[in-house]
Amino acid sequence: MKQFLVFVRKEFYHVFRDKRTLLILFGLPIAQVLLFGFALTTEIKNAQIVVVDYSKDVATQQIITRIAASPYFSLDREVLSYADMERAFRRGKIKCAVVFPPHFNEDLLHGHKAQVQIIADASDPNTDRTLSNYLNAIIGEYQHDLNANIPVPYQIKTEITMLYNPEMNGSMNFIPGVIALVLMIACTTLTSVSIVREKEMGTMEVLLVSPFRPLYVILSKAVPYLALSLMNFTIILLLGVFLLDVPIRGNLVLLFAESLFFILSCLSFGLLISSFTSSQQTAMMISMMGMMLPTILFTGFLFPIENMPWPLQVISNIVPAKWYYSIMKTVMLKGLGITAVWKESLVLVGMTCALLAISLKSFKIRLA
Amino acid sequence: MTDKAIVCKDLCKQFGDFTAVNRISFDVNKGEIYGFLGANGAGKTTAMRMLCGLSYPTSGEATVAGYNVYRQQEAIKRNIGYMSQKFSLYENLTVRENIRFYGGVYGLSDSQLKEKGVELIERLGLGKEMNKLVGELPLGWKQKLAFSVAIIHQPTIVFLDEPTGGVDPVTRRQFWDLIYHAADQGITIFVTTHYMDEAEYCHRLSIMVDGRIDALDTPAELKRKYSARTMDEVFYALARGAKRSAD
Amino acid sequence: MRTLKFLLEKEFRQIFRNKSLLPILFVLPMVQLLIMPLAADFDIKDIRVAIVDNDHSSYSRRLTEKIGASGYFHIEGFAASYAEALRLVGTGSADIILEIPPQFARNLVKEGDQKVYLAADAINGMKGSLGASYLTAVLTDFNNDIRVEWMQPQKMEPQPTIEIVQENWFNPSMNYPFFMVPGILVILVTMVAGFIAALNIVQEKEIGTIEQINVTPIKKWQFILGKLIPFWLIGMIDFTIGLLIARLVYGIVPVGHIGTLYLFLSVYLVALLGFGLLVSTYSDNQLQAMFVAFFFIMIFILMSGLFTPVENMPGWAKVISHMTPVTYFIEVMRMIVLKGSDFGDIRTPFLIVLGFAVLLNAWAIFNYRKTS
Repeated sequence: MKQFLVFVRKEFYHVFRDKRTLLILFGLPIAQVLLFGFALTTEIKNAQIVVVDYSKDVATQQIITRIAASPYFSLDREVLSYADMERAFRRGKIKCAVVFPPHFNEDLLHGHKAQVQIIADASDPNTDRTLSNYLNAIIGEYQHDLNANIPVPYQIKTEITMLYNPEMNGSMNFIPGVIALVLMIACTTLTSVSIVREKEMGTMEVLLVSPFRPLYVILSKAVPYLALSLMNFTIILLLGVFLLDVPIRGNLVLLFAESLFFILSCLSFGLLISSFTSSQQTAMMISMMGMMLPTILFTGFLFPIENMPWPLQVISNIVPAKWYYSIMKTVMLKGLGITAVWKESLVLVGMTCALLAISLKSFKIRLA
Repeated sequence: MTDKAIVCKDLCKQFGDFTAVNRISFDVNKGEIYGFLGANGAGKTTAMRMLCGLSYPTSGEATVAGYNVYRQQEAIKRNIGYMSQKFSLYENLTVRENIRFYGGVYGLSDSQLKEKGVELIERLGLGKEMNKLVGELPLGWKQKLAFSVAIIHQPTIVFLDEPTGGVDPVTRRQFWDLIYHAADQGITIFVTTHYMDEAEYCHRLSIMVDGRIDALDTPAELKRKYSARTMDEVFYALARGAKRSAD
Repeated sequence: MRTLKFLLEKEFRQIFRNKSLLPILFVLPMVQLLIMPLAADFDIKDIRVAIVDNDHSSYSRRLTEKIGASGYFHIEGFAASYAEALRLVGTGSADIILEIPPQFARNLVKEGDQKVYLAADAINGMKGSLGASYLTAVLTDFNNDIRVEWMQPQKMEPQPTIEIVQENWFNPSMNYPFFMVPGILVILVTMVAGFIAALNIVQEKEIGTIEQINVTPIKKWQFILGKLIPFWLIGMIDFTIGLLIARLVYGIVPVGHIGTLYLFLSVYLVALLGFGLLVSTYSDNQLQAMFVAFFFIMIFILMSGLFTPVENMPGWAKVISHMTPVTYFIEVMRMIVLKGSDFGDIRTPFLIVLGFAVLLNAWAIFNYRKTS
């Protein structure tokens, strides 16, 4: 036991001596939380729009005023012709355009039917759809106001409640995601690289011929990273709570316990990588490049997993981060207990054990 | 041009408050084999790095092959060879590829490269290993190869930083044969070592203690001065007074 | 020039001899390109609804059927009570609850209006509000249907209506991979080239070979260029394979001129590699270089507008976004591939990236010291 502590201390020295790496290790989650919290949003504000108005009458003026007043659009560009508009689209200056044909108001009042054209940049289908919806709503409202004096019978009204997040705090969704991402990248990379580095420099052999069991060598390497990861986890939670008003509704002990298992699974994965690679470069490329996108995508914190084609949904099941993310959401944000997440927890624990077993086994095989 | 390969006067290097090299002065004659001795941490490598143009001196004067160490580092680099403590050929290149690369960057022509390569491989007896990765060679061969590569461009001076560390006595002997062969061709040799038997092979040598040069002479003269029978005893007599602990 | 030739020869030999690195450079990114765009789909299709039907009339059943048939919803199940439905949302098996009050159809006729309750899981705010608004739209539709059914047609007076004609330019089929594939390709090329460049010089530092290089007469710019050119080529090859995949698998054929695209790419890669080499010259070991590079590349990616549009960002974030070369390349890539923009359209970003290329490489050369 005493020997073990000596080893752990040596690893701690290693980790804490490299100030720059340490800075990045803690800077990474902080930067991510800040960016996700304050910079990145799918919520559209001030989308650039132009109006090509061939009518220039009362009705078109009123609609244009409403569009200009909407926080979603920013209408500060005067466009005279269709050709100008086309060029603005190609240069990426505008996201959508509204075209009023001649005699709009006349058609509307006397023919009871007027046409308006909405053109949107569908290279981003998502923005296209959202902006078109907003425009439709503005025009629909205008039409509704025209007909305001006519009573509508048999109305179904809706009362909408936004569960768990009535203020629509955008940070709710990604805090668990950022936690999963940071833990995954940091643990996997650090473990795999620190072991491969010892292999590369030949010091691994020295450790392995010592009377110390290989298992302890590995364990002593894992302990500092486990500690660092828990610190990182705590930092993100604190930032979430105090900076971004994300509540912790569930049991904190449960949260830490689940995180511990997730961190262990990441550490084992790092170990697994290290037993199959012989250079730091390769280990790093796999653990960072190979892990980043799948973690972002398969946890479902940016893109809903239900939308993916079924083979991918199946694949997403083997990503521990997915289960962890789901548990975090349920426990932290919905405030439910272990009874609600026992299935996910079992999967996570099972995966952790399996990864640990495989990685230890392959590590031994490589040594032999 | 003088007949001095290296002229060094009051050369100093400081890292913060720590004076690694403290006003050392010495000359090295052309064609000489000059031994640069000292305990670990005495400042040998630091001094050597300044002479090679790898690091700037804090104060003092020095010229190497007639070029100033402050302003003409690139000219120095064209005229010296260097073999560092740390093995520094590319392990993932073959013997031939390493020779080709280093010869190439020193500006050898294609015909020179070919001729030198053949000659070098023959002298080292590496004919069979020529297409092997350098990483797969035993240490002694690596060192001999590194030395041969360091003088492939016929430099005026070659700097050797503990070239025979970790090598068996037979190989060390062969290594010194290579050094003598190079010296015969007029290359000045500047070598650091921990092996006192190797010190005896040098024409002249200096011993550094705590950043200073405490003794400089021929091996025979040094032994006489310290009334010692071997270089070992000379070294002990000097190094015992050292204040710096070894690293 | 001759020195450069030898440097290049050496770099290429080392790259192609590293058998474990090669697949990471060429295969891993392509596998990701094949999978990621399928996964990156914001389009919300299968919102799972839990229905609490306290009415049990033919109308409430019709409403349920209409919701199921709308294409956006999947009826996850019927719950006996709101509490039971809430449990479904809690465990993540339903996204939204629709509660129909008792006597809904009868009271709608009798009283002229009725209220239904929607409760959406809003942890993912966008998904929650989209779900609620889609469901509201279905309800409005249903409302119109029964209104027409229950009212005599002559009582409906003609009202002024505005007909909206929608056009979706550049991607009329609203194909999401069209949008994502070019962006993801940029990211993959960026990661490969950025990381590999960041690791390289520092690797020579770690092994010690840089010392040997530093005592040779190799010039600083030669050394940097010797590192830059091989990675530049790798980036070009990766990009080309990626374009082929985009074409064969996703059917994306660049509308604009491919020459313009490559012109931009070639300058972009120089800028990016300059960044990587700069990190490398500042770092002491590979782990450090990798973490620093990862930190910046991650910020580049998040701020680049790949996942969330740059226009949505607050002012300060836009400034950061415009200080990262990745942003420009994603923008230009989408412009050329999807909109057919020509060089005139991309001149400004081109010049900016050119500026990055010059600045970063000059800095890297300056910061690489042969003498300390």
